[in-house]
Amino acid sequence: MIATTTSAPAPQTPWSTSRPARVRAVSILAISGVAAAAIVLVTGLAGIDGWALTFFAISLTVAFVRTARIGAKERTDAIMRVIISSAAVVAFVPWLSIFGSVLLKGYSGVRINYFTQDMRTTVPDDFLEYGGAIHAIVGSLMMVLIATVITLPLGILSGIYLTEVRGRFTFLVRFVVQSMSGVPSIVAGLFVYTTYVYGTESFSAFAGALALAVLMLPTVARTAEEVLKLVPEDLRAAGYALGARQWRTALMVVLPTVRSGLTTAAILGVARVIGETAPLLLTSLSNSSLKFNPFDGPIASLPTYVFGYLQIGTEYAIARAWTGSLVLLAIVLMLFSLARRFGGKDER
Amino acid sequence: MTTVETPTPREMTVIYNRDDKIFRGIVTSGALTSLVVLGAIGLFLFLRGAQIFSDNGLNFLVGSNWTAGSEDGLIPNDFSIGPMLVGTIVVSIIALVVAFPLAIGGALYLEFYAPQVVRKPLVTLLDLAASIPSLIFGLWGVQIFSSFGERWATLLNDRLGFIPIFGVEFENFGRSPFIAGCVLASLIIPITTSVAREVYSRTPRDLVDTCYALGGSKWGAIRAVVIPYGRSGVIGGAMLGLGRALGETVAVYLLLNLVFRYNFRILESEGGNVASLIATKFGEATDYELQALVAAGFVLFLLTLVVNMTATTIVQRNTPRA
Repeated sequence: MIATTTSAPAPQTPWSTSRPARVRAVSILAISGVAAAAIVLVTGLAGIDGWALTFFAISLTVAFVRTARIGAKERTDAIMRVIISSAAVVAFVPWLSIFGSVLLKGYSGVRINYFTQDMRTTVPDDFLEYGGAIHAIVGSLMMVLIATVITLPLGILSGIYLTEVRGRFTFLVRFVVQSMSGVPSIVAGLFVYTTYVYGTESFSAFAGALALAVLMLPTVARTAEEVLKLVPEDLRAAGYALGARQWRTALMVVLPTVRSGLTTAAILGVARVIGETAPLLLTSLSNSSLKFNPFDGPIASLPTYVFGYLQIGTEYAIARAWTGSLVLLAIVLMLFSLARRFGGKDER
Repeated sequence: MTTVETPTPREMTVIYNRDDKIFRGIVTSGALTSLVVLGAIGLFLFLRGAQIFSDNGLNFLVGSNWTAGSEDGLIPNDFSIGPMLVGTIVVSIIALVVAFPLAIGGALYLEFYAPQVVRKPLVTLLDLAASIPSLIFGLWGVQIFSSFGERWATLLNDRLGFIPIFGVEFENFGRSPFIAGCVLASLIIPITTSVAREVYSRTPRDLVDTCYALGGSKWGAIRAVVIPYGRSGVIGGAMLGLGRALGETVAVYLLLNLVFRYNFRILESEGGNVASLIATKFGEATDYELQALVAAGFVLFLLTLVVNMTATTIVQRNTPRA
């Protein structure tokens, strides 16, 4: 018997960029950047966008010159590389700018009182030491909670239908859920207004929650379907083999395995609607005092709070709006990372 | 020598008993709620707006007046949404024209060019961006982006002003469809990019490798294989983005001055879309005007539904279900 220890050869990647090549690429980028800055300073081009344009032009020129001796195919490749990378940068920059500006501009308003006081006794343009957004935060959470209670069962049922029952309407349900996710948010608001608010003459958190539920359902249903699809067929077969009926298998074998996945579905749904403004403008309106009764007249929510104070337009009102959007964005980010954590659990 | 035949799986027959039937019934009715809700939206909006449709007929779609009548009837009610429909389409098309190339670039970059180190964070950023509320896009557009937008608009007008759509009547370049379109573009880039990336990532690896093996460059492979392979899926993604842009309310509300006039000059500071019309006029609308707003909402609903159903069909046809 011969004892051999063979280790698998490490994969070779001769085509990957070597270290000197990478250093060269980075330094070319840096030099182009400085050159672009110099050109912007000397000529009349203005601001960061002027710099970006110059940088783009220089990069194109560099790509052109460096490949001049190699051939047309390489030249196209190098130029397209510059163009595609630039397009990606331009596509991504606005989001970074949004995150940055919300953080910078909203930061000044983050104080204890922002999370403990409402605006009942504070005028919008008062200093940021006074007043807060607790009423809006509570209102938003309340509406989202009600909307979740309504949509989660429906979304799960629709997921079960698409994966377990697989009845006659499978294609139709899937198609409708998809199309429904494109319903404009204002239309959802208008729908609840014409059906619920108009009849009862009451703008309320409940009406707002109904509108949000319409927007939330497709997200929850689709995520629930995706999650349930991941359940291995063997589990179902095992359930049937043990003599369980379909409903027992579905409820007691399949559903428990995707518990955290369904949590993800709910979280994603909440993240989808927490920032919706338009439907709330037609259903829950706004208000400046803290309240907990979802049927008791107009109520504030974070989006309408931001929207309203932005409209007022004075310095501190706008600062309040920025802080409101910082809170909103923080909630969305939190939900997002929660969804990631839960989403990772079911995937084995 | 014996040949072993592989057994063929036998056909399974299922008999559902009463419990199962009840279960399937409950689940089916739960699943059909979305269908019912979608139908109810269309039905109720139509019923509440029916009066307007019968009063104005086709003029509701092409006329350019939004006049609330006086109570004594001296000024008659006259509601029509022509300019807003045009505004909706103009702003969405600007958004799409700006967003589409950027989204394709972004998707190709993420799939084929991005170094491993930056790829993951960028994909996370992309997912995050898709969940930024449109309100925050609007806020950012008004407070941060509009100064850039105005400068670009001035430049465009200066150099290309002889082309009618870039001309202006008043040299005030803020709050124009162009700026709103750019902000909407950054709003729809996430969805378009992630659909495009999804589609591109499904390009058969063999085909791409074959391209390289034949001496093709990266761009060669992209042009010869990736782009043709993903074409219809990408178009579907763009239409999903278009659907979002058509129905966007607050961002447009914050970025555009609502002016009731047909406006094809994209740098002029006037415009609006159907959704922002509803949000603007809702507050102090009379009962009849409310019906007109609901009718406008119905038109918007139909428009986005058609766009979305088309997009869904295209995307689903190109997404093999696992």
